[in-house]
Amino acid sequence: MTTMTYALSDSATMLRRSLRHIRRYPSMTVPLIVAPVVFLLLFVYVFGGTLGAGLGGPAGGGRREYVDYVTPGILLLTVAGAATATAVSIATDMTTGIVARFRTMAIFRPALLTGHVIGSVLQTLLGVVAVLAVAVVIGFRPVESPVRWLAAAGILLLLIVAITWVAVVMGLVSDSVETASNLPMLLMILPFFGSGFVPTSSMPAWLGWTAAHQPFTPVMESLRALLMGTAVGDRAWLAVGWCALITGVSFLGAKKLMNREGPA
Amino acid sequence: MTLSLQEPATAVVATGLRKAYGDHVVLDGIDLRVPAGTVLALLGPNGAGKTTTVRILTTLITADGGVASVAGHDVRRDGDAVRAAIGLTGQFAAVDELLTGAENLAMMAALHHLGRAERQRRTDELLSQFDLVGAARRPAATYSGGMRRRLDIAMGLVGRPRVLFLDEPTTGLDPRSRRDVWRLIRELVAGGTTVFLTTQYLEEADRLADRIALLDHGRIVAEGTPAELKRLIPGGHLRLRFTDPSQLTAAARIFENGTRDDEELTLRVPGDSALTSLRGLLDKLDEASIDAAELAIHTPDLDDVFLALTGQPTEATR
Repeated sequence: MTTMTYALSDSATMLRRSLRHIRRYPSMTVPLIVAPVVFLLLFVYVFGGTLGAGLGGPAGGGRREYVDYVTPGILLLTVAGAATATAVSIATDMTTGIVARFRTMAIFRPALLTGHVIGSVLQTLLGVVAVLAVAVVIGFRPVESPVRWLAAAGILLLLIVAITWVAVVMGLVSDSVETASNLPMLLMILPFFGSGFVPTSSMPAWLGWTAAHQPFTPVMESLRALLMGTAVGDRAWLAVGWCALITGVSFLGAKKLMNREGPA
Repeated sequence: MTLSLQEPATAVVATGLRKAYGDHVVLDGIDLRVPAGTVLALLGPNGAGKTTTVRILTTLITADGGVASVAGHDVRRDGDAVRAAIGLTGQFAAVDELLTGAENLAMMAALHHLGRAERQRRTDELLSQFDLVGAARRPAATYSGGMRRRLDIAMGLVGRPRVLFLDEPTTGLDPRSRRDVWRLIRELVAGGTTVFLTTQYLEEADRLADRIALLDHGRIVAEGTPAELKRLIPGGHLRLRFTDPSQLTAAARIFENGTRDDEELTLRVPGDSALTSLRGLLDKLDEASIDAAELAIHTPDLDDVFLALTGQPTEATR
């Protein structure tokens, strides 16, 4: 067999392993869906009336309009939350002897990570679809344009890949499973310090500027524009650029961390 | 030039291996040689450098100095060839807890790129060889320590390695599971596998190994067959036990080189189990009409060797 065949077959073996883990351990996946759904309901029904009024949209704003505004933010929250599962499963592998075992075998090395990454991306997609379904049930109404949906799905997928690689790095730098489950919390704060729940223009100037320029904001703005039928502009390219940059840097970081020597 | 298909006669060769983490020297230039088809036990207390040695030989880490080859391949330059020839069982059972025993083995078979039918065959074969058929469909998380270790060793064997590294394979096991693991290792060796074993148990090394290397503070302090190592300790002793102190005193007067213990009422006399020295001792007791209640012969064991060479007892005797 050639190296290429090994690469495919080893990655498939590792992906099978990851998917089995996800299936066998639903208590890791369920919170990934439940937590963002709770946030969605909280923000729409508890805060939505007031926050929606503050939007000052054409219909005067309100709960109805706030569902549309907040859904992209909640989707990003879902993606950020799913990073916990990825980081934990990577850290679990690293802290038990199983990675040492794989590394003493003549296998395609990157398969150790690609299995996790593909499995995590699928797991996150599952969460995103579930959360989106709840949003639609409580009144989220995107424009009817399959092209725009496809573009939004594309950007979301790029973000999921980027955040998954960040989570891989977080899992690799953690010396314990506990650390690995805490680090991704940092990611979950980002949608709040962006345009996820309120427009950045409503924040104090210094914070608004930071919030408008952090990577999650162009992603949320693009999703919102694509799904609500407003002009997308350059934001989409900015979002794609951020995702590509984050993926690239995290990938290289993960590769370096994976090849380092552990202590005796 | 013709390529030889013969097994290299030496499965593991290491010369001058050195490894340090910062100022802490873990391996201070060790030399090892394991002929193919034999068992070498690397024996030493915790922190002696056993696991570091295994990690270097299995390509997990690189040495700071020295060279090593496994199954004829240089561990530094030809890691893939080394990895294709070895199996490893770690000190802490490296099994996938969420997968069943059968799934763990099938995963290893897939990573060894066996065909679908062969994967199934090898999995079934190892399950029955390691007495795990009944537990095959249960997640490894539900296994007992002994079962998990058996699965761990079985996973290291899926690819039929020519050289098997067993890093403290019985640490933490109960005596019965330990004997099970010993039996399995003996069967493997009978089948021609070379075994590189690390252990802190002298009994384990004594029972399993053809040769033993004593590792202490990153140096090999002695190397040889178990019998050769025992010979490093000059002679054993004979121990006489008496029923009353006057007899002990009388005996101590005859055997001036003896060591008396008044509490135990015993006298330790240097000597061995050779018939002549035994007869001499008994004759002297007869002449003086001293009646000993008990006579025990103590031949030196590896504990004595370890104590004599390193100045400290091993974990097992501490």
